[in-house]
Amino acid sequence: MKPNLKQDDPDRGLFRRVGKTARRPIRLDVDGAATEALAGDTLLVALLANGVRLRDSEFGDGARAGFCLMGACQDCWVWTADGGRLRACTTPATEGMSIVTRGAVWPGRR
Amino acid sequence: MAGPTVIVVGAGPAGTRAAARLVEAGLRPLVVDEGRQNGGQIYRRQPENFGRKSSELYGFEAAKAEALHRNFEMLRPHIEYRSETLAWNVYDGALHLLHGERSEAVRFDALILASGATDRIMPLPGWTLPGTYSLGGAQIALKAQACAIGARPVFLGTGPLLYLVAYQYAKAGIEVGAVLDTSRFSRRIAALPALSARPGMLAKGLYYSLWLARHGVRVLTGVTPVAIVGETRVTGVAVRDKRGRAREYVCDAVGLGYGLRSETQLADLARCRFVFDKLARQWLPETDADGRTSTLGVYLAGDGARIVGADAAELGGRLAACAALTDLGRAVPAAEIGQLRDALRPMLRFRQGLEKAFAWPANLAADLPDDMLLCRCEAITAGELRRTATELGAPEVNRAKAFSRIGMGRCQGRFCGLAAAEILAATLSVPIDQVGRLRGQAPVKPLPIATECGA
Repeated sequence: MKPNLKQDDPDRGLFRRVGKTARRPIRLDVDGAATEALAGDTLLVALLANGVRLRDSEFGDGARAGFCLMGACQDCWVWTADGGRLRACTTPATEGMSIVTRGAVWPGRR
Repeated sequence: MAGPTVIVVGAGPAGTRAAARLVEAGLRPLVVDEGRQNGGQIYRRQPENFGRKSSELYGFEAAKAEALHRNFEMLRPHIEYRSETLAWNVYDGALHLLHGERSEAVRFDALILASGATDRIMPLPGWTLPGTYSLGGAQIALKAQACAIGARPVFLGTGPLLYLVAYQYAKAGIEVGAVLDTSRFSRRIAALPALSARPGMLAKGLYYSLWLARHGVRVLTGVTPVAIVGETRVTGVAVRDKRGRAREYVCDAVGLGYGLRSETQLADLARCRFVFDKLARQWLPETDADGRTSTLGVYLAGDGARIVGADAAELGGRLAACAALTDLGRAVPAAEIGQLRDALRPMLRFRQGLEKAFAWPANLAADLPDDMLLCRCEAITAGELRRTATELGAPEVNRAKAFSRIGMGRCQGRFCGLAAAEILAATLSVPIDQVGRLRGQAPVKPLPIATECGA
């Protein structure tokens, strides 16, 4: 059987939920787009259930989507609309969050 | 009635059992943990609204996880518990803590570090592509968030976790593309005598392997990793099989890991003496049988001291607390210490078996291509590291770090450091212990710019 992986399907995120999806839906704003997630999701899961990246490397080598998921690698940083830095794997996603993943907004630079 | 101030860092199996023993002695320890909930990584708890049974989360280890969580709940009124708190420095007899944006220094009479471990990583080309996660991370996604890292992951590396995570994913209904183990199967046979020190653990390992075989999951041993393939995200994994033939597996995610490495930065900052551990091929804090370090009043327990696993961590936590209590002048029955040491012995032997069966693939480092990103924090290549030795004369890792910034990024060398040492040793043609170890620096993790310093 040839695996059918829809790599380019924009509606599918990197992560796959395997149950416990009967949780309360929450809505986030990600780069200006309304994004639905579930209460109890970490920010990392909320973003990667819907998309395939969290941030761009500051060194020009492409997109990143986290690595260790336990707060050690610091490769899942995203930004709030007002310039705050969040470590997506250890931050719970909450209703109404506004997240910026493209073009890091450095504090005080807005 | 103010007794001595004893701080326990970590609320996993080692930290919990250490705190419990201190409470038994009538103390009220401060327990500091980065997690939102206790349990550490191995017995990590799910968010409150998930409601899965513990057997779904922890499998065969459910009873142990439940017992540990129950024990912690019972301790709560008797300890000062600070969750979501980072211990970021040890300086001049005080532990520096960060909660939110507020930092505070707490002086201690005894400090028990049960800081756990992270995955031991040998990078390969493409390891920064979205869809690549540490094996531990792949397990956390499932355990703590009911998510798989992809629709068809491949698990690459070596060690018991490779098989456990593949089993857990397959059981959760995820199609596992392949399990690719760098260790040869014959190594496991050679390690059987040592692994027999813990027959129950050995049986579980065999069960996962047989389960995967019975369910048609492709398992290859003795592979040589070549690259994680993809343009903007993972689309495959390329390896050479044990006969040297090129193989590529289509997948949308990779779980990568070669066993675990101890989180030793705080011990380093506490100026504990390190010794080279031949088994783990790395520098580890020196401890006596009970967890005492070379620094007075500082103790280590669990995987943060050396990789021994959760059961040994529970024993080690209790033992470190006994050592601290003894040094604080409290009576501890000699029989208790003797029993704990005896119980730990087969676990140490088992660890030797694991390192033999699933060895860190040090030999891969020399062949990693020059253009491979070695440091994912600052996109520094293996070639840049090699040039610090060949062109700039760096004789050891800290000089190489100063020249290249390898290990200076925000992960502080957690994920590139061991591979960097191997690359440097291979470039210089010297034994691995001669290139030294990356010295720990405060803060052990990045602090917010707005951090406010309290008393």
